[in-house]
Amino acid sequence: MTRSVIELPVSADDRRIARLAALAIGLTLAEAAIPSPLPGVKPGLANIVILLVLLQHGWRAAAWVSALRVVAGGLLFGSLFTPGFWLSAAGALVSLAVLALARHLPSRHFGPVSLSVLAAFGHIGGQLALASWWLLPSAALLKLLPVFAAAALIFGAVNGIIVARVLAAPAPDRRQSAPCIRP
Amino acid sequence: MLLRAGDMAVLLAGAGGVVTLTLFAWGGDRGDTAVIRAAGQVIETTALTRAQTFSVNGPLGTTQIEIQPGRARIARDPSPRQLCVKQGWLTQSGQAALCLPNQVSLEIRGHRAAYDTLGY
Repeated sequence: MTRSVIELPVSADDRRIARLAALAIGLTLAEAAIPSPLPGVKPGLANIVILLVLLQHGWRAAAWVSALRVVAGGLLFGSLFTPGFWLSAAGALVSLAVLALARHLPSRHFGPVSLSVLAAFGHIGGQLALASWWLLPSAALLKLLPVFAAAALIFGAVNGIIVARVLAAPAPDRRQSAPCIRP
Repeated sequence: MLLRAGDMAVLLAGAGGVVTLTLFAWGGDRGDTAVIRAAGQVIETTALTRAQTFSVNGPLGTTQIEIQPGRARIARDPSPRQLCVKQGWLTQSGQAALCLPNQVSLEIRGHRAAYDTLGY
């Protein structure tokens, strides 16, 4: 009997994406504990991580972190492939598409707050588009649009300011987690 | 710098969008015409442009309807529970005040009807 070993080469990039995705997933889980009067109105704290990744490591890494967050979040909530999962995926997808365009805005004038607000609108826009097309075709989602849009504006602005502050803060030694001592 | 010029523009545009959505979704349709019925028959259709009053006779007595620019109400009615009077001023298209005992109704209409038909 031959022992076959499948070895997957792990690059530093993979480790970084995994670490950041874990951070985003943690924020998603923590956020689920916050009560919300309306499903869909939540701070979107994971977007802080996505935006930081986008600004520091590029769009591809941000897309990876976002996709991992959605799928792993679905696994952890037990909502994988349920309507809620697809809403989350649609929001993340549109938000990433918006970010892909918005990151080319001149950074002299448009900082993280712009990106965050646009991404938040993309997020809720994607979710509502899927919800109104697939889940609630005839319901009065229109009446709730102002609530969702206002929440996206406020939370997007707050998240963007957090991102701007994190970026502006001096990184003491570029260490993002506790030192790992190999045996 | 936390907020750059473009950020302010994006925030303002976002706020403008939210306000527009709010008006669009919650603003409703202000009516511009009052339709007065007695015993099911339209007896008066008038624009909500100037102040005027109408007196309509029904089985119980006289109902007084008051119209002002942009709004209309039942001012007095002989019905025992005064429900249509308590409704106060009507402004939105599709609103109606019904004085059932006296068989008088006041309905506000806009550019487009909020409902195809209303059955009482």
